[in-house]
Amino acid sequence: MPKVRTKDIIEKFQLELVSGAEGIYRPITTSDLSRPGIEMAGYFAYYPAERIQLLGKTELSFYETLSPEEKRTRMERLCTDITPGIIISRGLEVPPELIEASERQSVPVMRSTMKTTRLSSRLTNYLESKLAPTTAVHGVLVDVYGVGVLITGKSGVGKSETALELVKRGHRLVADDCVEIRQEDEDMLVGSAPELIEHLLEIRGLGIINMMTLFGAGAVRTHKRISLVIDLELWDPNKQYDRLGLEEEKVKILDTELPKLTIPVRPGRNLAVIVEVAAMNFRLKRMGVNAAEEFSARLTDAIEDGEHDYE
Amino acid sequence: MIEKQVEVKLKTGLQARPAALFVQEANRFSSDIFVEKDGKRVNAKSIMGLMSLAISSGSVITLIADGPDEKAAIEKLASYVQKEK
Repeated sequence: MPKVRTKDIIEKFQLELVSGAEGIYRPITTSDLSRPGIEMAGYFAYYPAERIQLLGKTELSFYETLSPEEKRTRMERLCTDITPGIIISRGLEVPPELIEASERQSVPVMRSTMKTTRLSSRLTNYLESKLAPTTAVHGVLVDVYGVGVLITGKSGVGKSETALELVKRGHRLVADDCVEIRQEDEDMLVGSAPELIEHLLEIRGLGIINMMTLFGAGAVRTHKRISLVIDLELWDPNKQYDRLGLEEEKVKILDTELPKLTIPVRPGRNLAVIVEVAAMNFRLKRMGVNAAEEFSARLTDAIEDGEHDYE
Repeated sequence: MIEKQVEVKLKTGLQARPAALFVQEANRFSSDIFVEKDGKRVNAKSIMGLMSLAISSGSVITLIADGPDEKAAIEKLASYVQKEK
C-alpha cells in the first residue's frame, strides 16, 4: 500500500486541482522534487518522471518564449504515466498545452499560491516524514520527564502495568503493546500508536481501558521521539545484571542505535520508580553528569592514594 | 522458524472477542509467535497489537512462529482462524 498519494498533498497543502483529476490516487514514491527547467529547454535524457514536478516563475516564463509546436511536445513529454503530479506555484496561469497533455495521461495538475522555494521546502519536509522507513515493535512507549522511553519485554512481564503506574505518577502514554516507529531523520526515531488503539491500555484482569478519558488529555501524547529502551525480563538467577552502570548497552532499531537498559523483574520491585529514575539518570548523563563514572574515578583515586601510603 | 500463510475464514473477522481467544491460544505456546498482514508484523500474544491490524474475514495473514513448539502453535492458530463460524 503506498504511503502517500497525490490526493494527500492536495489536502495537506490545500492545492487547487486544475486538471487530470483521474490521477489523484497515484502513489508518490520519493521525497525528491523536480523543477524541470532543463526539460523545458528540451533535454529529457535524465528527466526524473517519478517525482513531483514543480513549475515556478522561472520555468513558466521561459516556457512562454517557446514556439507553439515546442510548447506542445515539451508538455507532452512532461506528463508521463508515472508522474505523480505537476504543481504550479505562485498561483500562476496554467498553460493550456499542459492542461491538454495532463488530461490525456491523467496526470494531476495542481496550483498553489505559495512561492516556489517555500512550497518546495514544505513539500520535501512533509514527504520525508511520510516516506520515512517504519517498523512496529512490541512494547510500550511512555514519555517520562520528557524522555521517550520504550519499554520492551516478553508478553506478561508487566509492561502495561508499569505504564499505568507511570501515568498515575503524571507521565504520558504514547502507545501500548504495539509501537509504530518512523525514522524521521538520521538518529531520530519517532514512535506513535496505531490509530485504532491510540490512548488504550490493556491490563490483565481489567481489560482494555482508555487512558485519555480516565486520566485526561494530559496523560497521553500522539507521538514522541524515542531516546531510551528499557527491556524488562524475568529475573534469571544465572544471569549477571549491570551493577555499576559504566557500560552502555545499545540496541538497533531501523538504522539508529539507542541506549538500552535491561531491568530484571521480580515481584515487589517497583518498576515505575526504576523507569522514572532511569529516565532522570539518562537526562543527567546527557547534561554531563555520570554518577557511575564519577564514583569509579573517585574509587581509582582512593586506591592510588592508598598505594602511596604504603610506600 | 516456520511461516504459514492462511486466509481468515472467521465470518466476523478478528473482532475483539475472537481476537482475545486467538491471543489466549497463542499464549499457551512458549514459542515467539507473530502475525503479519500487509507488511505489518505484530506479536500474536498481545491483544492490542493484533487488534490494531483490524483483520477482516477473507484477508490473508502470515503466521510466524519460532521456538520449541512452533509447529503445534502454527497448526492450532491456523485452524482457529480458518473455522467458519
